[in-house]
Formats: sequence, C-alpha cells, structure tokens
Amino acid sequence: MASFSEYVFPETIEEAYALNQKRSSVIVAGNMWLRMCGLRKKTAIDLSRLGLDGITEEGDAFTLGAMATLRDLETHPALAREYGGAFGEALSPIVGTQFRRTATVGGSVYSRFGFSDVSALLLALDARVLLHARGETPLRDYQREPWDRDVVLGVRIPKGRRAAARSVRLCSTDLPLLVCAASLGPDGLRLALGARPGRAMIVAEGLPADADEAAFAAIARDVPLGGNRRASEDYRRRVAPVLMARAAAAVRGEERA
Amino acid sequence: MTVELTLNGRPVRAQVEADDSLYTLLRALGVRSVKCGCETSSCGLCTVHLDGQPVLSCSVPAPRCAGRAVTTLEGLQSEARLLGECLADEGAEQCGFCASGLIMNALALARENPSATDEEIDAYLAGNLCRCSGYVGQRRAIRRYLSRIASGEGRA
Repeated sequence: MASFSEYVFPETIEEAYALNQKRSSVIVAGNMWLRMCGLRKKTAIDLSRLGLDGITEEGDAFTLGAMATLRDLETHPALAREYGGAFGEALSPIVGTQFRRTATVGGSVYSRFGFSDVSALLLALDARVLLHARGETPLRDYQREPWDRDVVLGVRIPKGRRAAARSVRLCSTDLPLLVCAASLGPDGLRLALGARPGRAMIVAEGLPADADEAAFAAIARDVPLGGNRRASEDYRRRVAPVLMARAAAAVRGEERA
Repeated sequence: MTVELTLNGRPVRAQVEADDSLYTLLRALGVRSVKCGCETSSCGLCTVHLDGQPVLSCSVPAPRCAGRAVTTLEGLQSEARLLGECLADEGAEQCGFCASGLIMNALALARENPSATDEEIDAYLAGNLCRCSGYVGQRRAIRRYLSRIASGEGRA
C-alpha cells in the first residue's frame, strides 16, 4: 500500500506544481493503482478541488479535465455523439462502474499504463496532453517519455473522426490482453494498439478507409509486441490483425458488437 | 488531520491519517456493513455512496471525503428492505458475503436507470464479484426489484 505523511489540497495549479517538484511528493488522482504500488511519499497532492473535472466542448475540440472520471467520459452524451459511442465501448469493460466513477483521465494519461484501454483510444483520436509547465504536447510523444514532475491538466481531442475500440480479455472486467482502437477521418484510418503489453502506440495512420485483412496482417507482422504472464507474443501477433479488422469494420459502421 | 463529513445523514468529525482510505475511516467509525474483499479495487464489496454515487471505499482517500456525504447500507435500510426481499425470493443469496456491496450498487442502478434491461443490469453490476457465482439469481432479483418499484412499492 502507498503511504503518505501529509495530504494537501492545493488551492491553485501553481501551488500543486510547486509541491510536485519535490521528489517526496506525489499527485493523487483516482488513487486506483497508486495506492497499490507500495510508494512511500511524504506529501500526497490532491487535485480534486482545482476544478479539473469538467468535459468541455469548444469549437473543433473537446477538453477532458484531468480529474474527469472514466465514467464521465463513458456517459457523456456529446462525446458519444461525436465519436460514435467509442468511449462507452472502450471504457465499459474496465472493472466496474464504481471503479470507473473514481479512475480519472489524468491518472490514466500520466501513468501510461501498458494495459490502458484509455490511452489506446485517445491515441487513435490524436489527443494532446495539456501540461501546466510545458503546455500542450501530442499524446503520441508523451507516451514515449519518462514520468516527469509536470502536472497533467487534461487532454484535448479534436472533433471530426469516428472511432471504435475492440479488446480481448480472458474474462469480463479483467485487464485486456490486447486493445485496438481505430479512428476514421478525412486523412484515412488510424490504428492504435494497447496492452502490447508495453505502452499503447499508434501502429498505422493514413490507411485507406477500406483497408483489408492483408493490410492488417502486414501491420501486425512488424508492430512491437511482447509476451507476459497474460499472453505470449505469438498470441498477440495472431490476435492483432483480427482486432484491427474488427475495429476498422466498426468504425466504418459495418459492425458494432 | 481532522475531517468533517456527513455519514448516513448525520454530521461526523473524525481524525484520519494522510493515507487512510474511506473504508478505513468507516470501519473506525463502527460501520460494519462495509467490508474489504480484494483491496485491489476489483470486487465491489466495499461499495458505498459518495454524494449519492457508488464508489469503492477502499480506493477513495479519506481526506478527500471532507465536506461530502457518505451513505452506507446502514443509512439505506428502508430502501434496501424491498431489494432484500427480492434477493431472498429469487434465492440470490448464497453465502451473503458480497451482499452489502451488491445492494449498494443495485440501489444506485435503480435510481440511475429504473427501467434497466438485463444487459444494462449486468453491465452496471459487473464490478460486484460474487464468490458463489450467483449472478443469474442476482439479475432475477434485481429485475424483480425494478419491476416492484416501478409499480410503486418500496420507496421509503
């Protein structure tokens, strides 16, 4: 279990950022995984009173606050309308409704969990991470970076793409063995894989909307995949083109299952 | 640190450690319906309502609950009575270990989606694990409960 000796509610983002520059501090978001990691820190920094829990629609993008919960995303009518129900599809297999009501956007994005369903979908939507000190940075870059001491304020996702997500799990509510999120926009089809088991990444962009199984098989041959206790590399390599085909079919409106 | 919150409708003031969970706080306050099953945010046993929404009390930091309303099964006895009857009528209770978390989440479902379909019931309660695997009976019981409240029974 994680242990802290003080628990602080900063009144401003600047204060949260300043506190987080100390190696003895840690930001508490949803606290779903943090509490299980055995971390020992002096100061827990709670962002829940900084107004970071909103989901706003402005012009050609949505902004998801760092403290918005996965359940907020899953049940948000405008997100469902814009992205064809992809958030519900991608997030509803995660543990249970109570879990998703507490797990946050910021916690998922900052942690860059290999098993994250959230990151795969946000990558497919070409999300940008909003950081206090550094400003806006593409999630695709952020995913490759080491953990730092900046504060995630939220995520911005552009409109104009349909999206879908498919995953394979050993049983309902378990962590995924592999996740594929697809999005389709004017520049074609984009695919992101998660639970590779490494961090989620974009594996194809600019594919024709009608890309076929041969194209997905070719992508799956080269994509970096690995094995762990949940599934072997060979298993993931065989499943990957199937998930890509299903996610692509779903995003084209040919299949919703 | 000291936190003040509303527990089952009554104001409460308690001392908590910085790394205490809401679950730890509730047990320290003598709330016995809330149990901890997995400690990995997976089983749903420790479900309580925070400002009316079901959450896993094992994962919510106790200091974050300051100024908020926490409701446990002790605070929903009237509302839970009919659901308890339905669980008994459908033989949905086996060992009963998961019951308090299940009831708290099922009551939240009934408030949020009183006309839930079987598929919606399954999806909403997917995070409430039953070690006796009594899911089919639980679904029947919740369907019966929703049907009875739709006909005007059970609301306290």
